[in-house]
Amino acid sequence: MYVAVKGGEQAIANAHALLASRGRGDQSQPAITPEQVREQLGVLVSRVMTEGSVYDPDLAARAISQAQGDALEAVTLMRTYRTTLPRFGTTIAIDTAGLPSERRVSATFKEIPGGQQLGATFDYTHRLLADPTEPLDLEAAVEEDEPMPRVTDLLGAGALLEPVTNHAEGEDPDPDPADLTREPTVFPMSRAERMQALARGDEGFLLGIGYSTLRGYGGTHPFVGEVRVGEVEVEFVPPELGYPVSIGRIEVTECQMVAQFVGSSEVPPMFTRGYGLAFGRSERKAMSMSLVDRSMRWEELGERKVAPANDEEFVVEHADAVAATGFVEHLKLPHYVDFQAELVLIRGIQEEIRERQAEATESEPELEEVSR
Amino acid sequence: MTFPRVTYNEAYLDEQTKRVIRRALLKGVAIPGFQVPFASREVPMPRGWGTGGVQVTASVIGPDDTLKVIDQGADDTTNAVSIRQFFGKVASCETTTRTDEATVIQTRHRIPETPLSEGQIMVYQVPTPEPLRWLEPRESETRRLHALEDYGLMYVKLYEDIARYGHVAKTYDYPVIVNGRYMMAPSPIPSFDNPKLHRSPALHLFGAGREKRIYAVPPYTDVISIDFEDFPFEPQQFKTPCEACGSVGVYMDEVIVDDQGGSVFVCSDTDHCERVAAARAEDDLQAQEASA
Repeated sequence: MYVAVKGGEQAIANAHALLASRGRGDQSQPAITPEQVREQLGVLVSRVMTEGSVYDPDLAARAISQAQGDALEAVTLMRTYRTTLPRFGTTIAIDTAGLPSERRVSATFKEIPGGQQLGATFDYTHRLLADPTEPLDLEAAVEEDEPMPRVTDLLGAGALLEPVTNHAEGEDPDPDPADLTREPTVFPMSRAERMQALARGDEGFLLGIGYSTLRGYGGTHPFVGEVRVGEVEVEFVPPELGYPVSIGRIEVTECQMVAQFVGSSEVPPMFTRGYGLAFGRSERKAMSMSLVDRSMRWEELGERKVAPANDEEFVVEHADAVAATGFVEHLKLPHYVDFQAELVLIRGIQEEIRERQAEATESEPELEEVSR
Repeated sequence: MTFPRVTYNEAYLDEQTKRVIRRALLKGVAIPGFQVPFASREVPMPRGWGTGGVQVTASVIGPDDTLKVIDQGADDTTNAVSIRQFFGKVASCETTTRTDEATVIQTRHRIPETPLSEGQIMVYQVPTPEPLRWLEPRESETRRLHALEDYGLMYVKLYEDIARYGHVAKTYDYPVIVNGRYMMAPSPIPSFDNPKLHRSPALHLFGAGREKRIYAVPPYTDVISIDFEDFPFEPQQFKTPCEACGSVGVYMDEVIVDDQGGSVFVCSDTDHCERVAAARAEDDLQAQEASA
């Protein structure tokens, strides 16, 4: 007689123990502390905070350690924690023009007020594997902070760049943004909702979609108006006080992409904006985001929808790595029931075909006689 | 480094979120089969592993409840164990494997063989809430089709299946019309289970976490599997009885027993199978005693 296999519970317990042991590796090596992750894997910490939608380097470092370096698993841990946190309100929009920039480059003008500043970047490093025993050169000359107005504001002053029109005249210039983690997503989205979805979106996916716009799939001929990285103050107006108080500082990467726009019968040709913002040092993410943001604005600018990057539903629905990885990996779960249903169907159809073929062979001799 | 002390609310979700989900559930019950958008939260399982079902269960469960979790009809499949352990940890409810003792049953891919009764809640884990998704990928378009009750696409698909294979080539997640109005995906339950939804005394709640939709079938609601007059809906049936308990007229798992692909069939519903086998063993014992 057949006896059903049991033991899901024991299997799970064993798997957890094995996972912990694989994650710890060779125990003669010291364990990595979350502090070391926070200090020495800062770029990964930035990514986990950005896609996890929580600014907390300590928690992100802890998530990365727990996830054994799996970025998406760490993002999932952050999101699962974040969703249980209460919402107190919305901060004042951060002022990135006022942020003392650690890094700021523009591809549109050589000389810009405040100057260009390379900052901490991989850009001009030679990608040669370094000798880990060689001491690092950590002494860097730091220049005095100078005010750095946004390059896009300079262009805007000459009416060469579209004005920022996120609010109608007489409306609050800084309205509370929508929050798609609290309100249901319904398409089409507002640009603010889209931005939130992109900010939470997978860096690799957005990179690919952004890249496609440079290769002719809905091209917008972009220039980096400005990329800047720096720490900015976050201010909040508690309703009981009625005036802004600082609640801390966050490091952000901002990218303003400047893209061509051919103009229409009503609007003269001018440059248009694509915007990207991410926590910490996340330049690739911010740049990709700004490309995709610009591409998704086709309708507002009276352009045609021709490429995947123009397709809000396609991009937004597939950008979330937490959803994507979960669903792709769920294929590992048992599908006995649906597979059994398919098995029964296919067997049935094959059986019928065989029967039909058998009938055809039986009647064949008669056919031959007739043809003779 | 100091970390914030992490504590979780009863049944994990915060009360505000539970209220949001309960409102969506109420709307779903009021409009049977209609997909209600909700801002699905992350939960401590990956998306696609029952996060919709978990949120629904977390929102309806209380200390008086008894929870049963099944996956593929079985209580001991790893994901069912994992979800049951989760609620055992974060909610103060009882858990069980017996269908008749449970007040809330979270399920993936099956409806139990034991008939459901009034007061029971079935919670389904739904991967794709939109029955028209494979025919029309765009959410904005499918919502319009539902609004217009325009289900022609699906009937064309059934017709094409019959023309090509002589059968409707849909064996699970077989679309139904609920309360004479909305076309609904019953989640990937086998078409065998579809008739159990029709005028069921239990409340059926469907949660799609990744796709952010909730829908419901209230008790005693008409749930009709779509078909044609000359090609009526035929749920799949198995000819062989269960190898373990001898049940017939139930859904089966095929179990490969040797290297040549030889197989036997056993009940997919482990609770049903165990109880029938136990009852049969008792009958045998009584029969032996009577004859002795």
